[in-house]
Amino acid sequence: MDASAPPDAILLARIQFAFTVSFHFLFPAFTIGLASYLAVLNGLWLRTGQPHYLELFRYWVKIFALAFAMGVVSGLVMSYQFGTNWSVFSDRAGPVIGGPMAYEVLSAFFLEAGFLGIMLFGRDRVGPGLHMAACVMVAVGTAFSAFWILSVNSWMHTPAGFTIDPDTKQFLPVDYWQIIFNPSFPYRFVHTVTAAYLTTAFIVGGVGAYHLLRDRAAGRESSNATRTMFSMAMWMAVLVAPVQIVVGDLHGLNTLEHQPQKVMAMEGHYESYPEGQAPLYLFGLPNDEAQRLDYAVGIPGASSLILGHRFDAPIEGLDTIPDDEQPPVAIVFWSFRIMVAIGLLMLGLGVWALIARIRRRLYAIPSLHRAAVVMGPSGLIAVLAGWITTEVGRQPYTVYNLLRTSDSAAPLDAPAVAASLIAFVVVYFAVFGAGTWYILRLMSHEPGPSESRLAGIADGPIRTAGITPAQEEQARSRKRED
Amino acid sequence: MSITEGVSIDLTIVWAFIIAFAVLVYVVLDGFDLGIGMLFALEPGKSERDVMMNSVAPVWDGNETWLILGGGGLFAAFPLAYALILPALYVPIILMLLALIFRGVAFEFRWRARAWKRGWDICFIWGSGLAAFSQGIALGALLQGIAIDEAGRRYAGGWWDWLTPFTITVGVALMIGYALLGASWLVMKTTGTLQGRMRRVALRAAAGTIVFIGIVSLWTPFLQEGYYHRWFTGWGIGVAILVGLSVLGIGAFLARSLAPGRGDRAPFFLALALFVLCFGGLGVSMYPYIIPTEITIWEAAAPRASQIFMLVGALILVPIILAYTGYAYWVFRGKVTPDTGYH
Repeated sequence: MDASAPPDAILLARIQFAFTVSFHFLFPAFTIGLASYLAVLNGLWLRTGQPHYLELFRYWVKIFALAFAMGVVSGLVMSYQFGTNWSVFSDRAGPVIGGPMAYEVLSAFFLEAGFLGIMLFGRDRVGPGLHMAACVMVAVGTAFSAFWILSVNSWMHTPAGFTIDPDTKQFLPVDYWQIIFNPSFPYRFVHTVTAAYLTTAFIVGGVGAYHLLRDRAAGRESSNATRTMFSMAMWMAVLVAPVQIVVGDLHGLNTLEHQPQKVMAMEGHYESYPEGQAPLYLFGLPNDEAQRLDYAVGIPGASSLILGHRFDAPIEGLDTIPDDEQPPVAIVFWSFRIMVAIGLLMLGLGVWALIARIRRRLYAIPSLHRAAVVMGPSGLIAVLAGWITTEVGRQPYTVYNLLRTSDSAAPLDAPAVAASLIAFVVVYFAVFGAGTWYILRLMSHEPGPSESRLAGIADGPIRTAGITPAQEEQARSRKRED
Repeated sequence: MSITEGVSIDLTIVWAFIIAFAVLVYVVLDGFDLGIGMLFALEPGKSERDVMMNSVAPVWDGNETWLILGGGGLFAAFPLAYALILPALYVPIILMLLALIFRGVAFEFRWRARAWKRGWDICFIWGSGLAAFSQGIALGALLQGIAIDEAGRRYAGGWWDWLTPFTITVGVALMIGYALLGASWLVMKTTGTLQGRMRRVALRAAAGTIVFIGIVSLWTPFLQEGYYHRWFTGWGIGVAILVGLSVLGIGAFLARSLAPGRGDRAPFFLALALFVLCFGGLGVSMYPYIIPTEITIWEAAAPRASQIFMLVGALILVPIILAYTGYAYWVFRGKVTPDTGYH
């Protein structure tokens, strides 16, 4: 049986998957953190009754709804990409990874979707307690979703708990505990969810900083809501960024244990260092043809220290790996450096903000705010760079060491894959471009008391304020129904 | 897992029922969403459109999730079928996904757009229509059969095999059927002149639906010999007559319930009954194949360990999902007003 699709069709299918999954992941990377942030804001509002928490909730929930809708429709595409473009992979790996993916739908997608409607539309229909519960359920749903899909992804990196059927060549489950909690999963899960929280924190902080700067330029006082979101975001930055750096380091060591080629590519180590003293390259141009790093600039011995915790720890290089089992080094090398650099910048901004806060000047340093605006989308870039590092670093395999990418694709002709790829590119840029534009437009106005236009009837504590005839009618007709 | 090993129930049949159930729930729930999307074309007024959209805005996302469960469940429980069907239906599936993108984002974007609000309305109409049409095509293509190589593990046809007069007919049939669901949903959820117009639309859609059920039902047995034997020999004839009479009976009740001044809820539930009946007929045609008449459910089934692992989750979680989905519908029960929303 010839199981391979034509090479150009495979390349196109890879581009298509990379494109659709990268676009898709931008939305969950933002909404995982934002769902939790909204639950916290709603909880603070219920507990303290301070209106700016409700204002912030209303401000961000509109943005959340847009980002979530885009995440849902781009995610639907992903759930079918496995079959349309990677049907051989689906046939082989389905018995193992299909189960956890079904659990994602059952335990996460329905939870999010079922309670999102109540979170968005139901505040005045179900009462504050149940509305709060709905907010928490949406946040929990996003975390469950991350749990299951990252378990599946991690299994493809570090497969465990299976056997291979000699006839059908399918992977068959033996131990689901080992499949779900496969060796790289705990690290990847914590690293990814933490990244999502940081991504959200920097977007929130960037929007807050933008309004602090605008208010300063206009000579007006910033709203409580603006100050609060900037302050909360900077707390997240200084508390979570260092945690993320430690988690990332642990994840890297786990990768070294299970996928050494990937770390070799990340480090740019074409040659081995049997005596230790492996340099940590800061810069270089990977040259796969000649199998060497051109124009390399490195810190002697630092890589041995990081990966082996000793200056003389021996480090193996890509010279120990056959050429046809090596990932493309340049992409992995550079995307890794982009991710790490952004992580360090995030930490730097968090520390800067902490010092400013201690000096009681958090809202008074324009250069800090400008830096926060520039860093606003940095989390999204870091997340993409991190995923490119790990996914390209797994090549040439879909299931590491067991199933090659070239043997995974669907039996499609290149024109079919090319046509759908073009359609996805056009539609994604048009639709998600428009959505991003709407999000930016929502972000461009400052949160404040105007967010609470429905607060009068919706929320207990300020019941007397601003009831319009239409809302009164609405409330009355509801009462009639009951 | 040792507890369940002694059970002698055929889990493959259980899983076939679960997947079929997910698909049926998807069809009826997203069916009325997509129907409403198509009916946007008939209602150009702003407040009518706001009402129509708000009648499903809190629940559409959950409705669409059943499609993910259908696809994801097929992947998990019948991976071989998933791997054979999706490449065979490549074009209609991709079209459906693209259409659902436009349809889905329109729910949010039309409230945010200024100049382009009408543009998103058009996306909502065409996205809904194309999604419905592609789903019908996919169903028709599955019914007419899929070419598979000798080893039985690879799609062996071309990428236009799905395009035949039969599949186009099923596509149109599903569009009309979804329009019926959408219109009868709006009869239930709206008031006044909009409701009156929807009664008339639903009546026409009901007539169209029943005509197309007839066409597709009479055409199907001639696609493959297996279908012919099932419906036109032995006890099959009895079932066929029974199903045919039931469709006509429900159709008569439906027509009566859509007359001016009758109750608001009966039309929607009668339309649902029509769909359930057709779905049952589909099951009779296809069983025991998941890809007629090449691959049976047992040939495509995931191994027992996978089935058990997922069944534990499905038995616990599906009732919970149904409970909170029901709760969400309960929260948003009753008539819709134009200003419902958080926008």
